[in-house]
Amino acid sequence: MIKTYWWKILSLLLLLYAVTYGFYVSIPETMILQTMRNLFYHVGMWFGMFTMLTVSFIYSLRYLKGFDETNDRVAVEAVNVGLLFGFLGIFTGMIWANFTWGSPWVKDPKLNGAAVGLVIYLAYIILRSSVEDRHKRAKVSAVYNIFAFVLWIIFVLILPRLAGDSLHPATGDNSTPVMPMQLDPSMRTVFYPAMIGWILLGTWILQIRIRMSRLKEILEEH
Amino acid sequence: MLLRRELTYLFLKEIRLELKQRYVLNGILLYLVSTVFVTYLAFTGTITSETWNSLFWIILLFVAVNGISKSFIQENPARHLYYYTIASAEAIVLSKIFYNLLLMAILSVLALLFFVLLMGNMIQNPLLFLTALILGSLGLSSVLTMIAAIASRASNNFSLMAILSFPIVLPLLMTLMKVSGSALNSYSWSGSIPLIAILLIINVAVIMLAFLLFPYLWRD
Repeated sequence: MIKTYWWKILSLLLLLYAVTYGFYVSIPETMILQTMRNLFYHVGMWFGMFTMLTVSFIYSLRYLKGFDETNDRVAVEAVNVGLLFGFLGIFTGMIWANFTWGSPWVKDPKLNGAAVGLVIYLAYIILRSSVEDRHKRAKVSAVYNIFAFVLWIIFVLILPRLAGDSLHPATGDNSTPVMPMQLDPSMRTVFYPAMIGWILLGTWILQIRIRMSRLKEILEEH
Repeated sequence: MLLRRELTYLFLKEIRLELKQRYVLNGILLYLVSTVFVTYLAFTGTITSETWNSLFWIILLFVAVNGISKSFIQENPARHLYYYTIASAEAIVLSKIFYNLLLMAILSVLALLFFVLLMGNMIQNPLLFLTALILGSLGLSSVLTMIAAIASRASNNFSLMAILSFPIVLPLLMTLMKVSGSALNSYSWSGSIPLIAILLIINVAVIMLAFLLFPYLWRD
């Protein structure tokens, strides 16, 4: 029985570990002092959002292949969870930015990428709400999802690299070691488990939302 | 081959339809002229090249969204069914993209001429600017044609098309602004080569996606 939910317990434990030990682990001396710990949470949000939106993309593709309703349901709920992570990520980022750079928002490709991503998927939700027929809605939103995701990936991954310098870490040649490859070993002990924990938590929320949506539909039919 | 013949026929059909009625073209031209005139009146004194650049592309963006949204909304469902029976979806979407490209190319050149007339000529590297214009026309036309197809299947009103298109057009627009910005400021091509490469990638990706995805929209 525990085989079906071992990963939920794992996510809880990993996140508990990240939230507590994250404040105890020794971090390298940098200009931003203790706020460096936000790394475990803010970047986790980003990875969670990215995973969820990729899942949504894959399920949109699967929907167009077989026109199976379940795939459409997973796609839209994944977008919802992705938006949740996106908002949390931007919120934690704003708090961090206010301390590090003096203002909650700066003009930077990575920040723009995150904001544009949120607007794209909010437009997805609006598109879905404007179509009445269930099958047409699923088809139209699947097409938009695929189209928008590819363009968003181009925007987020390629543009900042070629735009050159930016304040945000891990873009261009920035000296703050933030990406996992350059991450200080002591921080890595919390970073990797935290990432896995956030992604698992996201999957858990996704599963609950899918079940809720299915139940709601069954209720409405009776 | 069949696709090329279908394409040319549909493309010529779009042009012929437009020339017969001229409804869209006249409306868009008037829109273009009035927006450029409003910006001219709004600025007293000289403007920086950055302002020139952003104003130009914002105006072009709105003109594009207005013009291209009409391409799908104009035709009624009965005619759509007729097209469905006689032409392949790929030919239809490609013909619309190329027609809109032609439309955008003409509009952007006219916009440039009118803009230069009223707001002054700040272009230092005309060839680079023209490259940005061409790539921009292709990019805007393909992205907006696809979004117009999606929006026409939904609720068929203009605001939905605007909501859907603005975030997706943003990366394209930002790259275009960077390229044309450097065309305004300096004569060299050096910094813009990677950006032009990105523009080409975006254009190719969008057209391929439109080619693959449009048949799913068309089937209703």
